[in-house]
Amino acid sequence: MRTDNFMRILLVATASISVLIVALIFLFLGKEAMPFAFEPGIGKLFDSGWVPVSFQEERFGIYPLVAGSSLVTVLAMLISIPLSVVGAIYISEVAQPMEREILKPFIEILASIPSVVLGFFGLLVLAPLVKDVFGLNSGLNALTASLLLALMALPTIITISEDALASVPQSFKQASLALGASELQTIFKVTVPAALPGIMAAIMLGIGRVIGETMAVLMVSGNSAIISFFPLDPIRTMTATIAAEMGEVPFGSHHYQALFWIGLILLFVTFLLNAFSRIILKKYGMAQ
Amino acid sequence: MSGNLSQKLSYQLLRLITYGIVLCIGYILFDVIRHGLPVINWDFLTSFPRRSGSEGGILPAIVGTFYLTVGTIMVALPLGIGCAIYLAEYAEQNRFSELVRLAIITLAGVPSIVYGLFGLGLFVIFCRFGTSILAGSLTLACMVLPIIIVTSEEALRAVPRGFREASLALGATKWQTIRTNVLPYSISGMITGSILAIGRAAGETAPILLTVAAFFLPKLPGSVFDQVMALPYHLYILATQHPETEKVLPLQYGTALVLLMLVLGMNIGAIVIRIYFRKKYKW
Repeated sequence: MRTDNFMRILLVATASISVLIVALIFLFLGKEAMPFAFEPGIGKLFDSGWVPVSFQEERFGIYPLVAGSSLVTVLAMLISIPLSVVGAIYISEVAQPMEREILKPFIEILASIPSVVLGFFGLLVLAPLVKDVFGLNSGLNALTASLLLALMALPTIITISEDALASVPQSFKQASLALGASELQTIFKVTVPAALPGIMAAIMLGIGRVIGETMAVLMVSGNSAIISFFPLDPIRTMTATIAAEMGEVPFGSHHYQALFWIGLILLFVTFLLNAFSRIILKKYGMAQ
Repeated sequence: MSGNLSQKLSYQLLRLITYGIVLCIGYILFDVIRHGLPVINWDFLTSFPRRSGSEGGILPAIVGTFYLTVGTIMVALPLGIGCAIYLAEYAEQNRFSELVRLAIITLAGVPSIVYGLFGLGLFVIFCRFGTSILAGSLTLACMVLPIIIVTSEEALRAVPRGFREASLALGATKWQTIRTNVLPYSISGMITGSILAIGRAAGETAPILLTVAAFFLPKLPGSVFDQVMALPYHLYILATQHPETEKVLPLQYGTALVLLMLVLGMNIGAIVIRIYFRKKYKW
């Protein structure tokens, strides 16, 4: 019995570690970011200029970075949502069983391709393509980044939406078909609406993935911290800013602290998106 | 029968879009393999970069990624499996288990660059590990923990209730039951989870950017407090920071292909193991 009690305590302790890690993430991001709130003051973050290194006046306004992240996220979602929902519908409702068994893992492969490899592909193939199609000087802009991000959000949205569609009770569909609706009507008027909460959760998780994505965006977005909502302008996202600048900042400087603030904001946004989608999935019985 | 026709057309449209997505994935793989394969040879895999990465091979990056993933899995595997056993076998529906679940979901959603910041703040600076294999592995371990927990818990839950009841009825204690009647049958799921975790750890760049990765190192690391080169970071450097990015294009493709094969190999391996054990154990 002594081993038994010992193992129980040990397992509870290991389980607590995941809670501890989350607490430490919030704590240490906060710890490094906090001094900025006293000097030079948190108001400095709410500014339209990001000029962290300057001989005259250093500016730590995150508006251009938030604008950049928002622009690529919205564009990526506009591309990704219709494609991935259609893909999920096809795989779940139309494809033959055999076809489904092949399509599902193949699309999951996309999720496992490292983001730096996708960024590399974007740099060499996608960016020149965008450049030629629109007749630009450089293909490194918000649109190219969004196309890559859309690609990365696809597997997340498809997989979870497909699960949601597959978990719609068979009786719903049978009732619809028995009433004389065609298969197509059943899919779009019965199955998809019934799975809508799950699809919404999938989309939110997809948004979370896109906002947090770093390397691919860093490589193809053009990296210019301007406020623009034009897809063919080069932009810079919050994640790319941290990755590009953290390596060169002096430890403990205002610039360093400001980068940690950006990290904190990213952490809160993704936390909320995840928590919401979790609540939705749980409410509709799609998660344990 | 226009309804039938429009249904057929719609199905074709759905199929077209789905296979369009498949084609995109296929093209990415094809492009990297086509350009990368001619570059890869024994010399490329086993020699050091020469002339600041313009020539030579990627040995230190391969070794570095190997060390990092080994370190990651050594930390994450015991923690992840312990947590999974707790959730699957011991946890009741209470505040604590809800909190643990919330923590796991949160960990799964934290952006990779935020893990980098966290690792920098905690392991590199606060624990004074410096930019080192140790700091990088610990950071990556935090990142892959949810993958191992979720897959292991699924594996444990797939073992039929009767296995446990039979053992308990014969007088075994709870831990004896888990050790002898549950764990052996859920090993495959745990292996699957750890392989997926290794694949993820090997491919991530952002967390190691701030905690371990080095631009170029003339020799292999000697201790866990050394910096290492890593495949994804090496690719990033060659593709964006190198002064002659055009000239080193073949090296970039070679590195990309090695990384891709490593990660995809891991994922396909995981799928194969899952299928094999699913056939072996049927209840």
